[in-house]
Amino acid sequence: MQLARVIGEVVATIKDPNLTGTTLLVLQPLAADGAPAGRTLVALDSVGAGVGEHVFFVRGREAAFPFYPAEPPTDASIVGIVDHWDME
Amino acid sequence: MILARIVGTVVATRKDERLVSNKLLIARPVDPHGKADGNYLVAVDTVDAGFGETVLIVSGSSARMASGMKDCPVDAAIVGIVDTVQVKDA
Repeated sequence: MQLARVIGEVVATIKDPNLTGTTLLVLQPLAADGAPAGRTLVALDSVGAGVGEHVFFVRGREAAFPFYPAEPPTDASIVGIVDHWDME
Repeated sequence: MILARIVGTVVATRKDERLVSNKLLIARPVDPHGKADGNYLVAVDTVDAGFGETVLIVSGSSARMASGMKDCPVDAAIVGIVDTVQVKDA
């Protein structure tokens, strides 16, 4: 899983039927110091995150698991909203 | 998932039989502001996307969860046509 910040929203009317009713958010992955790290991506939201929040997300086939028994075609899903993180 | 713009089509007569009657499109990844970013890829179209449209592409084994793609040899599927992207900051 990776840390990211939610930086935007995507609206798509025509989409896979298994994506109906889902929220699509634009994520900027972050390094541990909070700096942007890597390309932005679009993820499905499973926890009710919003723009500006820090979250962590899961990539790959497992990204569909939070929506079980539904199987939306997604390769990235937000699975937690980060309150804060600490570094030694 | 990534955002991409459709920039072309692929015609392939000989292909895996599970790809028969699927539309293959060439897509160029874009950033949330619409700027091209990254290498071209070929994706199976499951939502009737067209030239010039911005789409959502799901990659890897998750692409097989797109409608009609079960057990198909694909690693990129177009699963949505993007109307708008609202970005608060980059």
